[in-house]
Amino acid sequence: MNIPTLSELSAEGKKPEVLFWVGCAGSFDERAKKITKSFIKILHKAGVSFAVLGSEESCTGDPAKRAGNEFLFQMQAMTNIEVMNAYQVRRIVTTCPHCFNTLKNEYPSLGGQFEVMHHTTFINTLIKEKRFTISGSVYKGKRITYHDPCYLGRANQVYQAPRELIKKLDAELVEMKNCKSKGLCCGAGGAQMFKEPEKGNKDINIKRTEQAMETQPEIIAAACPFCNTMMSDGVKNKEQENKIHVQDIAELISKAEDL
Amino acid sequence: MAYLSNIIFAILLVTAIFFFRKNILFVKRNIQMGKAIERKDHAQKRWSNMIRVALGQSKMVTRPIAGILHIVVYIGFIVINIELLEIVLDGLIGTHRVFAPFLGKAYDLLIASFEILAALVLICVVLFWLRRNTIRVKRFWKPEMRGWPKKDADYILYFEIVLMTLFLSMNATDLLLQDSGDPYYIRAGSFPVSELMTPLFSSFSPSMLVVLERSFWWMHIIGILIFLNYLYYSKHLHILLAFPNTYFQNLSPKGKFKNNETVTKEVKLMLDPNADPYAPPDDDIVLEKFGASDITDLNWVQLMNAYTCTECGRCTDECPANQTGKLLSPRKIMMDTRDRMEEVGRNINQNGTIQDDDKQLLDDYITREELWACTSCNACVESCPIGIDPLSIIMDMRQYLVMEESAAPSDLNNMMSNIENNGAPWPFNNQDRMLWANEN
Repeated sequence: MNIPTLSELSAEGKKPEVLFWVGCAGSFDERAKKITKSFIKILHKAGVSFAVLGSEESCTGDPAKRAGNEFLFQMQAMTNIEVMNAYQVRRIVTTCPHCFNTLKNEYPSLGGQFEVMHHTTFINTLIKEKRFTISGSVYKGKRITYHDPCYLGRANQVYQAPRELIKKLDAELVEMKNCKSKGLCCGAGGAQMFKEPEKGNKDINIKRTEQAMETQPEIIAAACPFCNTMMSDGVKNKEQENKIHVQDIAELISKAEDL
Repeated sequence: MAYLSNIIFAILLVTAIFFFRKNILFVKRNIQMGKAIERKDHAQKRWSNMIRVALGQSKMVTRPIAGILHIVVYIGFIVINIELLEIVLDGLIGTHRVFAPFLGKAYDLLIASFEILAALVLICVVLFWLRRNTIRVKRFWKPEMRGWPKKDADYILYFEIVLMTLFLSMNATDLLLQDSGDPYYIRAGSFPVSELMTPLFSSFSPSMLVVLERSFWWMHIIGILIFLNYLYYSKHLHILLAFPNTYFQNLSPKGKFKNNETVTKEVKLMLDPNADPYAPPDDDIVLEKFGASDITDLNWVQLMNAYTCTECGRCTDECPANQTGKLLSPRKIMMDTRDRMEEVGRNINQNGTIQDDDKQLLDDYITREELWACTSCNACVESCPIGIDPLSIIMDMRQYLVMEESAAPSDLNNMMSNIENNGAPWPFNNQDRMLWANEN
């Protein structure tokens, strides 16, 4: 894949319409890298001029802040802001709700004023602007349940864009009993992804997977790399990985279009 | 002698208001132990929140059964307070049903609606009691509800049952006395509920009925004055504080956590290439404590949240950590904050200023295990019907643990040192960020 970086583009005197913030999971995590590539295929298909920061990107600081390390968070934030302001970045799209939330809500008061979008909103806009259509019907009649990421849903009120996309796939969207503002966390937020859970009688991702399984889905749609990991682990724990697939919305769309 | 009852009434009323005022000032002073936080912006939005959420009970109905029962009791409480005004005036002036001559037919309608509401409140309160004690709804039986919180919840229901029963009995005996032609008991009011209760009292003589009617009247108003003064000791304080609490609630997106400004200054200095690394420290900068280990480190809105909490447990019920058997319960975070605030308040009352009592909110009330179990998912904040934010307290306490005590779980320390060294929470080289582009 030929992925332009901002430094390359700016050397050529060009400016992309949007910066794709890949995020640490999207860059390093084996599973999440597939989401990154799917999203890039969509960007290509829609003819979006974009760039990434590449090695100039660094953790947004979200897990540090949620763990309580405000100092490390602000170090990360201000370094990133300095880089992006130097490139005069205006618009950012990201596939990670945690990056999305931090960039959108916590960077402005530190000097980083950007228009930040989650990829589900961005893709939905591309379709509305007719820059991209979904014609494939791979998912026609398939039962898909959607797990709301906390940092997309409750934290930022993005509930509709991912659902509209699933409906465009001709799939049957089956809601869990706990959805939207009442959606149960996958268990990864607040830096839990990076530590063992406290003592309890169940892991949160198992509980959430059970709720998803009640809808008898063929696919659990996710919109966050961490939720994706947690739900995939949950499905494996229930030995359902041959029947239920955990897929990011970007992956579903890229497959529907045979990208 | 003619004015004896008026005088006794006035003394009771003034005493009750005196103690109530004293307690409210105590609550206010305790809340003011919190740090400053700007919550006066967007006045219009704040008023609309208060009207919608507190006055309009909009978030109560997300749980329809409890929500509808609560709305009935709430409307009953507000409307029957109009009657309270008449009772107070009667008590002070020595009249009986002072509003009746002025309102005419409207008075009948008013009394009838009070009666119907009182009956509905009685039914709802009994249902509330059954939910708590017979059906035993799970969230009312969590560990933090043991002891006083459980008793408090029941006492409130008993109070309401007694008050409503006294109110209806008062009307029933009044109606019988009106029928008997006693000139003091003027023909006034319509009594759709208490007229059904008259057979209970019809065997009493007129003079005995007067004794009963007066007793019910006095016990009802004295009960209300006691209840007023019970509020301070109870979770029932929410009937007052729900209003300011919804007004001052956070208006930002729930995912936005506040940035610490002292840290911002320090980080800016560190990143400034022109800063002199050998410059003497600025004497004006007071070394600020990061995060919260005790209630005085929290802001006043967080402390008001604690007094406002009515321990309904919706937050705990929605909490993913609590649902999976972890120690964390957002309701307990609020209850602990209130208990500690009360303890510090008593400390000030005794000593004039806060004397070190070798205790703090962290460890003595809220354990580290609880704090680290939080996923920051905001389910607790979302579920609170009156805008309480337990998550902000958890995050402030984590900040204290990490920034003041370096006491994060070791996994998190690894994650943080990875971010520090490699710019990612995992130990990958930042130069490898683009490797995915060349993989299939």
